[in-house]
Parts: sequence; C-alpha cells; structure tokens
Amino acid sequence: MVVYQLRDADVDRLFQALADATRRDIVRRVTAGEYSVSGLAALYAMSFAAVQKHVAVLERASLVMKEKRGREQIVRGNHEGLQKARRLLDEYEAIWRQRAERIADILAEG
Amino acid sequence: MPVISSTKNLEALSLTLVAEFDAAVERVWQIWEDPRQLERWWGPPNYPATFDRFDFQPGGNADYYMTTPEGEKPRGWWKFRTIEAPRKLEFDDGFADETGVPVDAMGSAHAAVDLEDLGGRTRMTIMSTFDSEEQMEEMVQMGMEEGMKEAAGQIDAVLAQHARA
Repeated sequence: MVVYQLRDADVDRLFQALADATRRDIVRRVTAGEYSVSGLAALYAMSFAAVQKHVAVLERASLVMKEKRGREQIVRGNHEGLQKARRLLDEYEAIWRQRAERIADILAEG
Repeated sequence: MPVISSTKNLEALSLTLVAEFDAAVERVWQIWEDPRQLERWWGPPNYPATFDRFDFQPGGNADYYMTTPEGEKPRGWWKFRTIEAPRKLEFDDGFADETGVPVDAMGSAHAAVDLEDLGGRTRMTIMSTFDSEEQMEEMVQMGMEEGMKEAAGQIDAVLAQHARA
C-alpha cells in the first residue's frame, strides 16, 4: 500500500512549500530554466538571504535542486520531485480516510 | 466505511473530511483527548506516533515523534488553540528538529475538529489547512483558491513538459 509508505511530514512539507507566492514563482521560473540564487534575488523585493531561505524550503520539499557552480548557486526544477508532489497531493486524502478507519476500529472495541 | 464525504481542495490547501462513527460524542472525543488512544490511529501501523508530551488545554503543547521502518524518529509538535469538550478542538501542528524545537521556516498547519451528536452516533468533521503568515496575507489579497490553482497548474505544465522531453 502506497499510502502506508507516506509520512505526513512529506505531505506537510510539500503543502507548506507551495503555500507562498514567491516560492511558487521560483518553482515556475526554475522549472523553465535554471537561475542563480542572486539572479532570483534580483527579481523580488526582498533580501538575498530571504530568497535563499525560500529556495531552501523548496529544496527540502524536493521541488527544486541546487548546485554550486563557481561562485554561484544554481537552482533548477526537480522533475522527479514534482511528479512525487502530484502523487502526494492525491494521497493526502487517503491518509485521513485510513485514520478514520482506524478510529472506527478503536471505537468498535467499546 | 466511516468517511461519508471529503472535499479535497488542493488549490486552497485544505481538506475537509466528514466521517460518522457508531459511538457517542463523548466516546469519540476520547480518541483525541487520550494520547494513548490517539497514538493508535494518528500514524499508519508502520509509522506509529508516540506522544511524549500532551498538555491538553488551550495554549498547551503536545510533542510527538513517529517511528519509521528504518528506525528514524521525525518529530512534530501541536499547540492546542481551542478545546471545548466534547465538541470542538483546534490545534496548530508543525515540525520540530531532533531536540523537539519547532522548525519555524516550515510554518505550521491548522486542524479544526468538530463533533456533532447524531443521537448516539457521531459526525466528525475535520478541516485541515496548511498556511503560513505569507500565505494568510496573500489569501486576503488574491483569494486562496486563485493562489494554489496556479501552483497546481504549474505542476501539470511541468509534468507535461517532462513527458515530452
């Protein structure tokens, strides 16, 4: 059962990563082509450090990948991660369905 | 099947699930109130949850970890916002590092549980929302649904691109 192999943590991480307009914009841009972190920082009215933090959240959620190239940090979309994201979103509901089943079992014990 | 309906709104980052149980409201409340019962259903059988703190009162905290088949113990926290036994429970939940300290960068999720007496049976409605400060601000500005539609559409576009490549 795929559902049993899912941790809530994976789903939460994904939802939270996408729950921000800047992060969604970063994902959209870097899936179309790679950007350096400083290149991204130039696009938003926020500090380099703030953009770096957003990238780190996306990286943890496996939505983007980051690699060091010379003095630059290059960010690009993580296609495998996005595919997984899709699956996780579809299965979040199943997690709760399973929980409800377990609750029913416990209640049936009296 | 206890679940009678579910509204999964990926665009709004929310899930509303309605389940009915053949037990009184007071009994269903216990599966939330008693951490030993909660542990039996919160995590899947091979990712059991263990609550090592459970301060069940408004403003109180709960700490837990899950045990993975590989023996890892990812930690999480809850903060109880509303407790109106035996009908209403609201709490925030998020991740913690290995020492139990909340990881702020990840933001937190919110769960609202309502129990309704159906004359001996109980209807439980759970609404889970995932948010962050930025998201709340944004929700007001552009409406929640609009925001995530974009993200979902973007995932679709990326997958389509990927399939063609």
